[in-house]
Amino acid sequence: MTAAAAMPPPTDVPFISVRGLGKSFGSQLIYEKFDLDLPRGKFTTVFGPNGCGKSTLINMMSGLVPFDAGTVEIGGKDFRSARIGYVFQNYRDSLFPWMRALENIEYPLKVRGVPRAEQRERVERLLAAFEITLDLKRRTYELSGGQQQLVAILRALVAEPDVLFLDEPFSALDYEMTLYIRDKLQTVFMETGLTTVLVSHDLEEAVYLADRILLLGKRPTRVVELIPFDLARPRTVEIMGDPAFVATKQHALHLFREEMKR
Amino acid sequence: MFLAVWQGICSAHVVRAVLLPTPFATFAYMGDALVHGSLLADSFVTLSRVLLAFAIGAALGIPLGVAFGSNERLYRSVEFLIDVFRSTPASALIPLFILFFGISDINKVAIAAFGVFSIVMFNSAYGVMNARKSRILAAKVMGASPVQIFRDVLFFESLPQTMVGLRNGISTALVVVVVAEMFIGSDAGLGHRIIEGEEILQVTDMYASIIICGLIGYVLNLAFMLADKRLIHWSGH
Repeated sequence: MTAAAAMPPPTDVPFISVRGLGKSFGSQLIYEKFDLDLPRGKFTTVFGPNGCGKSTLINMMSGLVPFDAGTVEIGGKDFRSARIGYVFQNYRDSLFPWMRALENIEYPLKVRGVPRAEQRERVERLLAAFEITLDLKRRTYELSGGQQQLVAILRALVAEPDVLFLDEPFSALDYEMTLYIRDKLQTVFMETGLTTVLVSHDLEEAVYLADRILLLGKRPTRVVELIPFDLARPRTVEIMGDPAFVATKQHALHLFREEMKR
Repeated sequence: MFLAVWQGICSAHVVRAVLLPTPFATFAYMGDALVHGSLLADSFVTLSRVLLAFAIGAALGIPLGVAFGSNERLYRSVEFLIDVFRSTPASALIPLFILFFGISDINKVAIAAFGVFSIVMFNSAYGVMNARKSRILAAKVMGASPVQIFRDVLFFESLPQTMVGLRNGISTALVVVVVAEMFIGSDAGLGHRIIEGEEILQVTDMYASIIICGLIGYVLNLAFMLADKRLIHWSGH
């Protein structure tokens, strides 16, 4: 895809910058004076205890949930002017069942006023780039769960976003599909270098996919550690035996346990 | 089955023949009255009143319901009023409508249209308010404008509930039109025919008219069910 060529080489210059973020639900304080920097062109996974606001964090960064205080900048601009790709946990409730799969994927382009012919062309290009074969004439509800989530991911990618957020995208899928979509996601990441932030409830998955594992603590939520994991890609399931993988996972697990004791 | 029971009651002389003609006599009369008499014309009068009332009620009810539904504060402020109107039987307002519209033809349509309107409006508002938030958010994060969200997401999300309203609306329209034809001086329509059949003891005509009413109701309902299935192909998935 063209996005890869256009993007400068990945550096640790912050691309997503959160300053003084504050958020509470009723009397529950979730975030207070929360700061975070995430690098450009890296795959960050977000992991932490239940209810620490993992999803809330990416929802605030993508503008889905309003926050009470602070700023979020993406690529040096206010997050509201950034192009955001977002994949919801529940594909069933986020795809539009009155549209065909193809129309779902094209929708972000339609919203932006891209001409019809170009819409079609860009979807074709996207499918070819990631070697995805799907019958896009079908209604979304006629597709399998994995195929639907794939449609949701394609829909998030088609407008060439500045950043891709995914909220536990595999939690509604069976294991086989999870492995397949995970690999596709890795391919997408390798080919585009797209800054990606994925919320996960599975530590193994979080390490497997990540360049950086963002480990969050209990409420009010703070960053426990932004753990680097720079193992070469493409990664396959075999790397789960790799000493570096095991060590990083152990380290994260240790930090997580310590956090739970607090 | 039903016809057999009917025939059985007649043959057993449980009910006097003056009050309950045999099914054969009824259907024979019905066929004759449809072809040679004014039954077909009366059916058309009733049906056209129902459809007109339905069209007016829906044309006003859907946009207003959608407007109320998309503005929750506005809806809350009139919720009580809507609930009261929705719960008031349209037939209870017949005298009120007579005062306003006289005993004209417009009256029957107006009162049925009112009944349709309140049901359709409530259901549309409800459909919009209960639209799945996640799909709206999905469109929002893709950069859709409020107008686009409304047209491409909210409209479809509310469609199933709107269809429920329309289906109830058409049934209500038929009920109210027939009642209005009975009690608001009229010289045509199935309701008029039924009440006249009773008054001058033309029971065969009365039964024939009742059956036609039932058939009209059944066909309208069936049409809506089929439309629903085609239009909202995604429901239940």
